[in-house]
Formats: sequence, structure tokens, C-alpha cells
Amino acid sequence: MTIHGQPGVTASLLGWGAIVVAVGVVLCFPLLFCGCKAAESIAKVGTSVGVATGTINQSQASSIVKSTQAVARTFEDITPEQEYYIGRAVGAVLAGKYNPYHRQEATMYLNVLGQTLAQASDLPETFGGYHFSILDSEEINAFAAPGGLIFISRGMLRCCKHEDAVAAVLAHEIGHVQYKHGLQAIQKSRVNEALTTIALEGGKSFGGEQLAQLTQVFENSLTDITTTLVKNGYSRAFESQADAAAVVILRRVGYSPQGLVDLLKVMDQRLTPGGPDFAKTHPAPQDRIKEIQKTIGNSTESKAPVGRQVRFVASLKDV
Amino acid sequence: MIKLKPFSLAVLLVGVTALIAFGAGQKLVSVQVKEGHVRSAPSFLGTVLAKLAYGDRVVLLGMQGEWAKVSLAGKIPEGWMHNSAITTKKIVLKAGAQNVEQTASSSEIALAGKGFNADVEREFKTKRKDLNYAWIDQMEKIVVTQAEMQEFIKVGELSPGGGA
Repeated sequence: MTIHGQPGVTASLLGWGAIVVAVGVVLCFPLLFCGCKAAESIAKVGTSVGVATGTINQSQASSIVKSTQAVARTFEDITPEQEYYIGRAVGAVLAGKYNPYHRQEATMYLNVLGQTLAQASDLPETFGGYHFSILDSEEINAFAAPGGLIFISRGMLRCCKHEDAVAAVLAHEIGHVQYKHGLQAIQKSRVNEALTTIALEGGKSFGGEQLAQLTQVFENSLTDITTTLVKNGYSRAFESQADAAAVVILRRVGYSPQGLVDLLKVMDQRLTPGGPDFAKTHPAPQDRIKEIQKTIGNSTESKAPVGRQVRFVASLKDV
Repeated sequence: MIKLKPFSLAVLLVGVTALIAFGAGQKLVSVQVKEGHVRSAPSFLGTVLAKLAYGDRVVLLGMQGEWAKVSLAGKIPEGWMHNSAITTKKIVLKAGAQNVEQTASSSEIALAGKGFNADVEREFKTKRKDLNYAWIDQMEKIVVTQAEMQEFIKVGELSPGGGA
């Protein structure tokens, strides 16, 4: 850590106590105002260890320090490929908690609908693409893992009276993927740690110790995400952002954004306060409706064309 | 006088295209998804002209909204890719020590297959027995074709391209 400047006083003018305070202030100043330097420090420590143990040479170490200065910033520096592996693991955790609901017709219906919506989002292409699946659960719930793996419970699907409402749930989850809300749930220090390890890893062949270290960071990152998804929920701002994205996506495809309001009204009736599902992780439906209506206005329940309603009923009849 | 065989001529043309692209200051971009599609039009309705692999580099000819007009130095016809499928970063596929030393000072690189990767996933699987990766693999196998989406749009009387 670089200390900027020297105290502009001399020992003869100040007592030792004042000197200690002055030096303390000078030392603390960069800590307080240069938080972005934290990752850089980690990289410097890491590269020192690497050089000391003979795994990388000094030239490589300086390159890595430079590289880390450039990349160790935020979740945005996690590459789509790494986001894909994080998303798969988040999905595997969720898939381990719930049972799958394997019905070919309903699953295909959700995937065609979801893919159509995803193509109209601001992030139509992800590393592994968007994929949709049904959870065999009475809970009213839906989850989006980073990279585009989206899960929706039978309980949530039963809240949908028409296709526009199903589209609204999926579009909301696509909104979370588009804004990378899952990755933002990972603690910032963890992102820095991961990027530093990755930068170091680039400098030499990948040993078992580094793999174990990286896997630990990976596991901790997943815990951050799954805890947010399942227990704590995203911030009100993120939910509002996902709702706004849903409205945009629905309009772009030709669905009525009223579908989202219709769905929230049903959820409002069915959610049990203090329940383990959306009641715990999302703002109250009435609050969300008020926020959405600021954009779309106050209109009556949406009416779907006959063909759309027929296939909705046929595809989800067993759900 | 030097006579060129048709094959040699083709190779020369590819090289010349690349040189012209470089000389004209055109930007190279990388495919950042598993399989990048080059389409005939700036829309998902455009026919897929070519499929590119992760890390492939293409010449960026211009932008139209969210769509990038690209060419692969003569190897494929010019076409369009959505900007979410490409990155200005160079994706280094096999980052050896030497490679990193040369390029690590630039923020313009991404190390493919590094960091959270298949190895980490394998290690993670051995630690945690409560995971269901089989379900995830099954999810990823579901492929929706553009034709299926078109039929879905038609039957549902939807209108993609509507105002945001």
C-alpha cells in the first residue's frame, strides 16, 4: 500500500501523541479512500508468495500484478464462461433441494416460451444459453441461476391464469440473469480473491493446492448466491429492476405487461405471510404492483387470443 | 511469371483480407459463447450462415443497433452476430506462462478454460453429495429451434419487435 505524502509538521512542534495521530491519519487515508486498492494488495501478497516458492519468475509476477490491477474490480470481470460454471453449480444445488417435474409437453412449452422471451431481452446470448425447468413443489417460487438456468415451481405455474402471466414470471427471471444479479450476490472480497487466484493460475500450471483453493472460493461464492436466492432474497432495487426488465421484454414480444400484474394479484391471495417461498424473498405483491403500474398504468386483466389460451391450457393441464 | 494454383490463391486472398482489415484499422472481436451463430440478417430470424467456436476471432465491420456485422477474413460470408455473443477481449485459449507474460499487462484478455472451469466443477462434485448435476445436464440438452419459435409466435398471435 502506498502512503501518499508526509505529515507537514515536525517533531519539535508537536508532542509524540500528536505524531502518532498524524501518522495514523496518513496511514488510514489510503485505506478509507482507496478501497479499490484492496484487491491489488492481495495480488501483491499472492505474487510474492509465488516468487518466494519459485513457481513464477519476477517478470511474470510483475505482469500478473499489472493484470490484477486491471481486472480485479467487480463481478463484471467474471467471464461468461466462468458465469456458466457458477450457474451450473447453483442449478445443481437447487436441483438437489427440489425434485424435478418431468413432463415433456410442459417443459418444452416453457422452453419455447422462455427462449422467445430471452431473445427479446438485452442479453439474448449467454455462454451456455437459456434453459427452463419445472420444480415439483407446491411452493410459489422461481429461481434464476447465473448464465440462464431458470426454474419455476408447480405452485407458481398454478398462479398463472394465462400465458401472459407465465411469460411474466419467466421474463422477470430473465431480467435477473440479464442484470447478473446472481453474480452480484457474491461478496466483493470473494470476487477479488477469485480473480487474483485466476491471475496467478495463468502464470503457471495448475497444481492441486490451487485447485483446492479455487474450489473453496467457488463453493463460498455459490453459498452467497444460493443463500440470497433461497433465504434472504435480492434487494428491493434488484426486484424492481427485474420487474422493469420483464415489462420491457413482454412488450417487445407482444405480451401484455398486465400479465405480470395479474400474476401478482393471484400471488397476493395465495402467498402465506412468513412462508418459505416468494413471501420470504420478494417484496409484497401489492408493493410490486404499485411500482409496475407507474410504468404501465392501471388497466384491466389481460385477455389472450384464443390460440394462445388453448395451448397454455393444453401444455400445463397436468401441472 | 509466378503461377498460382487455385488453392494457393484462396489462401493468399484470406491473408490479404486479414491484412486489409488490419490496415484499415478494423477491430477484431472474439466469440464469448460456446457456439456463436453468424446470421444472414441483423435478427434472430436470419439464417445461420456459420457456427463459430468459443474464442474464435472475427473482424468487426460495423454495428447496427445490438447487431455486429462481422467477417472471418474471407472464410465465411459477411454476416451478423448479436453483441452479447462477442467481446472486444482477446480470449486466450491456452495460457501458458510465456503467453501470460506477454499479454497479462493488458486488460484486454480473458483466459479461456481458466478459473471456475470443468476441473473446479469436478472437484466441487467430489466434495458435495447433495448436488444434482444430472438434472442440469438434461436441461442443457433441450434445444429450441428458430422454426419452433416462429410457429409459437404465429399461433400465439405475438409480435416480436414491438416497442419497449
